[in-house]
Amino acid sequence: MRYIILISLLLTLAIEQSFAQTTLIRGAQVHTAMQPEPLVDTDVLLRNGRIAEIGQNLQAPDDAQIILAAGRALTPGLFAGITGLGLEEVSLEENTVDYGLSLEHETGMMRPEFDVTLAYNPLSTVIDINRAEGLTWTLLGANVSQNGGLIAGQGAAVSLGGSFNAIMEGSRSLFVNVGADASGFSGSSRAAQYMLIEQAIREAKSTPRSLQYEHRVLTLTGRDILSRYLNDGRWIIDVDRAADILQVIRLANKHDLQVIIQGGSEAWRVAAQLAETGIPVLLNTLDNLPGSFDQLGARLDNAAILAAAGVRIAFTGGGTHNARKIRQIAGNAVAHGLDWYTALRGITRNPAIILGLAENTGAIRAGMRGDLVLWSGDPLEVTSFAEAVWIAGQPVDMQTRQQQLLERYLPENPDTPRHYIK
Amino acid sequence: MRCLSMFILLIAIAAASLGVTQAQPQEAFASTYTALDSPPIVLRNATILTGTGVRMDNADIAFRNGRITEIGVDLEMSDDVQEIDAEGGWITPGIIDIHSHLGVYPSPGTVSHADGNEITSPATPGVWAEHAVWPQDPGFEAARAGGVTSMLVLPGSANLFGGRGVALKNVPATTYQSMKFPDAPHGLKMACGENPKRVYGSKSIAPMTRMGNLAGYRAQWIKAQAYKDKWDQYHASEEEDAEPPQRDLAMDTLAGVLNGDILIHMHCYRADEMATILDLAKEFNYQVTAFHHAVEAYKIADLLAENGVCAAMWADWWGFKMEAYDGIQENIALVDRPDNGCAIVHSDSAEGIQRLNQEAAKAMARGNRTGMDITPADAIGWITAHPAKAMGIAAQTGSLETGKMADVVLWSGNPFSVYALAEQVFVDGALVYHHTDLEHQARSDFMLGQQPTAGE
Repeated sequence: MRYIILISLLLTLAIEQSFAQTTLIRGAQVHTAMQPEPLVDTDVLLRNGRIAEIGQNLQAPDDAQIILAAGRALTPGLFAGITGLGLEEVSLEENTVDYGLSLEHETGMMRPEFDVTLAYNPLSTVIDINRAEGLTWTLLGANVSQNGGLIAGQGAAVSLGGSFNAIMEGSRSLFVNVGADASGFSGSSRAAQYMLIEQAIREAKSTPRSLQYEHRVLTLTGRDILSRYLNDGRWIIDVDRAADILQVIRLANKHDLQVIIQGGSEAWRVAAQLAETGIPVLLNTLDNLPGSFDQLGARLDNAAILAAAGVRIAFTGGGTHNARKIRQIAGNAVAHGLDWYTALRGITRNPAIILGLAENTGAIRAGMRGDLVLWSGDPLEVTSFAEAVWIAGQPVDMQTRQQQLLERYLPENPDTPRHYIK
Repeated sequence: MRCLSMFILLIAIAAASLGVTQAQPQEAFASTYTALDSPPIVLRNATILTGTGVRMDNADIAFRNGRITEIGVDLEMSDDVQEIDAEGGWITPGIIDIHSHLGVYPSPGTVSHADGNEITSPATPGVWAEHAVWPQDPGFEAARAGGVTSMLVLPGSANLFGGRGVALKNVPATTYQSMKFPDAPHGLKMACGENPKRVYGSKSIAPMTRMGNLAGYRAQWIKAQAYKDKWDQYHASEEEDAEPPQRDLAMDTLAGVLNGDILIHMHCYRADEMATILDLAKEFNYQVTAFHHAVEAYKIADLLAENGVCAAMWADWWGFKMEAYDGIQENIALVDRPDNGCAIVHSDSAEGIQRLNQEAAKAMARGNRTGMDITPADAIGWITAHPAKAMGIAAQTGSLETGKMADVVLWSGNPFSVYALAEQVFVDGALVYHHTDLEHQARSDFMLGQQPTAGE
């Protein structure tokens, strides 16, 4: 039995690699995300899962499928933001949601060893639906849930191509929460959040024997994992208030942590400090209301102010099911002062750089993974849609549950009962 | 002043004698809204979408004393009219959100401000959302910057009968009465499906199932019919000393629905449940005005159109609960398709209300992707004329027509674009928001002295 599984696994891998389709996209307006001006009337060749060549009037290989772009926009596959794609089917159905840890007997404990990527299901229809909208990769996030901890756990970037081997190597990230939303985990004071994080760091740096006291916040495994993030790996810290962002910068400097701010409603206020320390911000343009006392300074031009100050920005915030909203989030940043090119970079190259994936992902350059989207119009415009999507050089099946529901209910007065339309 | 109260009293007596109201005096919590003073204005050379399916290019619109006086090309104006060059801009009716919780779930979302849902009983038709509206919610000014001039503020959906909703004009105000849309009918919020059964079922209180939901509605309507009959008999009585029946706030609301004075706004996702509710409405002889959220409305678009029921929907929300699992982005376009179809784009969100034009744009584009031919002139109705109709205020606002309230938005460009901004927003002919003029950007009391959120 085990033998058969192994064979079929090998076959699957073989199919993915050697029967990879070759595709030549002709005459596109290519937004490489490497330079502000698009390449006009340009061809892109996808071969062996990668971008093989970019140029004008490329020679079509014999086995190539030719796609006539007719001047339409071609972009890198889009970043979906921090989501629970593949970790969540129906938000209110608890047993279909896997991105948060809630161990009731462990109040006060932090579990950095909690790794959401183990729950990733590449066959989730929620992925299909967002992939068909041009989203080719996402950062799986560990969320705070009831009885979770300040350190919520680990996530990583995954490719949305449907493979069981979806994790994008080098993108492992630790998710941490600071501020009012996390005050329930810190004895109701945010001051204690820094106290507890410092304690966790101290425990991670110590040998097990030296820590025989009662109120430890990490398990032995947790110490191992956290100590890795002290040496390498990203700390994605969800924080909004300017004063808290400065505390996070202090923490990052003190322990030499590689920090990424998530949320950052008041980040514009400390843009200079963020630029100086090279800390990037993952933000949602549409979070412009003072939703909490941590967000009284929220504003629509947060992205524009940060980018002008030299802070690297990327977008997030569409959530899991509607992750596709990320284009609208980027487009609204343009409506509120950000230049179009930086906005596109905010959902392509910038998140790839931030997550250590820029060699392979997030731009159109020869040698990179063949993640591309051909658009009906301006990719940041709400009336545009993805016409074709490729992940690792393979065309994405644009048929989704939602498309099938549409096709079932689109015909007026069909001849057969609708349940036979499928 | 005395003269005014006498006048109100006379109206109340007149209304009562006509049988328009049962027990609920019409003047309770009356609107004190008055339009801001404004000179007569003409906006020139814009692309105008009237909200009635018409697009006019290089056209002008004039208003005076709060009302639209003329729409056309090269209008001739007298010297007292303030001219505004709107060339390159687009003009639409003021945007109307038929599903908002601004003021009742305001920003910031503090515990003390969570006033949107009286989750103490599955039937609370006696509560009124307006009694919880905090006029200082900064969400109102953010919505104004998105061109929203009117909205229906509703209670939440935990209850089978959630209470009365209130139509507001989106003007800066210290009291909700001074935002209250004059002469707009009340709405009654009802809810289908998961929310009531989850909220109460989890406490082992009925309803625990959809069966319990239906039994709950029917029990209340039976009581309401008896209540209405008592009042009808009282009003019909010729005895001079007839004793009026005891008033009941919950039954006042339900009887108001049975009399046709209060409009039903029903949170309902699934197609089969909406069909069940239409049968419930037939059983008790009332009209459902609009299903809200209506994620599966596309499956029964014909049935909704036949029954004259509107559906208020999101452009793309789905999957957050089981009853939202079958959401598709073509929902709005498919509901709009039949003759008499009444599609509305709503927000149910302090974020979404700021960009209803973009939500309508997404829905339009998805419809056109299937081969439909929906133009901006059609789709603007989803966020103007259609919600106005379902809120019972279409005679006054929701479209650009002579004599209607001058609730008008001037956009920087085609509003069916992510890049378009509302540049100037007029309510009853008065400029209430100007994109670049901070003097015309009202700030709520709460935001005074806080960090700057624009400019600098």
